[in-house]
Amino acid sequence: MKEKYAEDHIVPTGTYTAVWLALLILLAATISVAKLRLLAQFSVLGSLVIASVKAGLVLAFFMHLKYEGRFLKGMLTIALSALTLLIGLTFVDVWLR
Amino acid sequence: MISEGTGDTGAGFYERTKKYRWVIAEWMMSTDHKRIGVMYLMALLSFFSVGVVLGFTIRLSLLAPGLLVGQQTYNELFTLHGVIQIFLFIIPGIPVAFGNIFLPILIGAKDVAFPRINRLSWWLYVTGAILVLTSILMKGGPPDTGWTFYAPYSIRTPANISTAVMGVFVLGFSSILTGLNFVTTIHRMRAPGMGWFRMPAFPWTLYATGWVQMLATPVLAITLLFIFLGRVFGVGFFDPTKGGDPILYEHLFWMYSHPAVYIMVLPAMGIISEIVPVFARRSLFGYVAVCMSALGIAIVGYAVWGHHMFTSGMSDTARVIFSFVSFLVAVPSGVKIFNWVSTLYKGSIETDAPLLFALSFIFLFSIGGLTGLIIGALATNLHLHGTYFIVGHFHYVMFGGAGFSILAALHYWFPKITGRMYDERFAKLGWLNLFIGFNILYFSMFVLGFQGMPRRYFDYPSQYHTGHVISTMGSWFLAIGLVIIFANLIRSIFKGVKAPMNPWGGKTLEWTIPSPLPRENFEEIPVITRGPYSYEEEAR
Amino acid sequence: MGMWFFLFTEILFFGGMFLLYSIYRYKYALDFHSGAAEENIILGTINTCILLTSSFTIALSIGAIKKGLKNLSLRLQFATILMGLAFLVIKYFEWTAKINLGIYPDSPVLLKLSKGEILFFGLYYVMTGLHGLHVLVGVVVISFMFYFTRSGTINRDDNARLENTGLYWHFVDIVWIYLYPLFYLIT
Repeated sequence: MKEKYAEDHIVPTGTYTAVWLALLILLAATISVAKLRLLAQFSVLGSLVIASVKAGLVLAFFMHLKYEGRFLKGMLTIALSALTLLIGLTFVDVWLR
Repeated sequence: MISEGTGDTGAGFYERTKKYRWVIAEWMMSTDHKRIGVMYLMALLSFFSVGVVLGFTIRLSLLAPGLLVGQQTYNELFTLHGVIQIFLFIIPGIPVAFGNIFLPILIGAKDVAFPRINRLSWWLYVTGAILVLTSILMKGGPPDTGWTFYAPYSIRTPANISTAVMGVFVLGFSSILTGLNFVTTIHRMRAPGMGWFRMPAFPWTLYATGWVQMLATPVLAITLLFIFLGRVFGVGFFDPTKGGDPILYEHLFWMYSHPAVYIMVLPAMGIISEIVPVFARRSLFGYVAVCMSALGIAIVGYAVWGHHMFTSGMSDTARVIFSFVSFLVAVPSGVKIFNWVSTLYKGSIETDAPLLFALSFIFLFSIGGLTGLIIGALATNLHLHGTYFIVGHFHYVMFGGAGFSILAALHYWFPKITGRMYDERFAKLGWLNLFIGFNILYFSMFVLGFQGMPRRYFDYPSQYHTGHVISTMGSWFLAIGLVIIFANLIRSIFKGVKAPMNPWGGKTLEWTIPSPLPRENFEEIPVITRGPYSYEEEAR
Repeated sequence: MGMWFFLFTEILFFGGMFLLYSIYRYKYALDFHSGAAEENIILGTINTCILLTSSFTIALSIGAIKKGLKNLSLRLQFATILMGLAFLVIKYFEWTAKINLGIYPDSPVLLKLSKGEILFFGLYYVMTGLHGLHVLVGVVVISFMFYFTRSGTINRDDNARLENTGLYWHFVDIVWIYLYPLFYLIT
């Protein structure tokens, strides 16, 4: 029994180009946010949010995740949740000491 | 029905293919999961024996501290005992030996998903082992930090930590690849008709373990790399003089090392789930719950690591959370224990060696688990952390648990791997010695710990002397038991009665192919039409 | 699937480093700010552009081979390799600039700085160093894929190896997407 994985789906060049341009625009955005000299926490948060959007675009389109099955998306979620848990629980220690 | 046929009694997968001139080359270059598994098994048991000798020596030293070995050597002894038993024996343990040999067969596949990566895993294991052993012999002396390599001592000690952690790093990579291989194999290579819930329990546990191997081991890898970088380049992430926090080391270390104990014990539980139905001649009670609890243990076990650090200085909130989740993880473990016992109830029990070891597992692991609850509670942990109580606890779960499971598997699958039957009387005699010796050796540690005897201490005040003597005498019984067991198995390889295809009447796929295992697992990949345990039909 | 699993292990591997970074940033926020101010934003931004574009080219190269456009795929793979090497060259300059200032692990100059700055630069070297190592490995692997594509082993019907290589390369890109703001921008 095999789960369904992405059939051989070729992403159109146009989509790739659009993603690339979006990434460059987000790069410019992230620099602007940094230059705004916001409060420390927001600066970190803002940069990380934009970085995550960029990462998400790379994952979804360049790495094909948008076209893959539920299993794979689920497993990636598990891996990311694991990391979040590790960092989160450690912070519960350090932050509240 | 128990097969009366003799099956194929030829050389099976041991037969030479004549592709290489040297037998060693043929085996070391093999990508056959059965050969790789057997090689791993030989290596594991060899390292286990070395570890036992180290433990034996530790106990001897404690009879009269200073008489046998000095302080520094004592530290090196318990460090090596831990490193060898943990990283070279019990973590690779069941997955690389029995997992490799039997996983593809149990799911009706020809081999694992990535046979060449499997071979790479084996080579990495050998490399890592060599590195670790080299660290013993190099100038600077063997590691003396305990197997936990706590910073900042591990950064400052002149012992050969760098080589040792490099070795463990490589071993970790081997483990990651094995986990990756098994998870992919189970996803992709089950025989037609074998849905997830027609798969036997052992592959389920290997699946859960594979995820833990993939998601926890890398954290150890980076942590050990930091120790290495700290020693060689002076990068001070855990060095207070450079702003570092030693407690962060403990966090990172236990983020792996707690899930690691589930790498040790989940496959062990899977084996018990295979053996109990066969020797009770009843289907596994609550099969779905047993499989789901494996996943449950893996997931919950990922969030309990702080219980190794309750006295290190964490925040109160963190300690409460870790304690609470540690109690939670007992639940899926309890589900398994309950289901095994329920399988036995009203069963037709055959008390052969595999079942004796399996029953011991249930008993010993329960004791270990219950004592785990005692030390999982914050108030009691304060008194018991760093004492012999902990040492007793983890030997009960690791040795009494995973160790006994390995012995059970050795006896259960002995006919399938070697084509011969072991001698049942000596197996039982060895078991009895081992069981009695084990309990004397380790139960006394609970008492010692409760009385306040610290662990990893070279000597002690005279009030603890009696406890230590009793414990050491237990170790002698245990050693005799192990000798009998292994002598029996080794002798039976050569002199044992030829084994039939299905000596125990098992229902899983490995009992449908010859003993010893043939080169090609299946002449034709089977089509699965029923669940993995079906003794009830037969009873009617 | 196997390559995705391997990437999960890499997530946890780098994740451990990000964990250390986040804890120490929390503890030594000001020092991390002043540490980041020392970084060369221009070089960092150029490197980010390079890696983002290299992800673009390798994705296109996979699309190309799936359409049977072997030469296009080869050129795109080559472009990716060049960009990977460019990244490493720029990194080399960044590192040597710092080392010439005396800022490297365990250096006397570094040890005089504040604790947070010692940690910041330690993390900088370790994280960008390991990342750079992964870039180097990626460049080597893509070179092998280039060779296989040229010889026809990788072709329209059998290109899983190139796809997997692409996945790895995108992962390396994603790690940098996070490293960049954390080391260069947060000042």
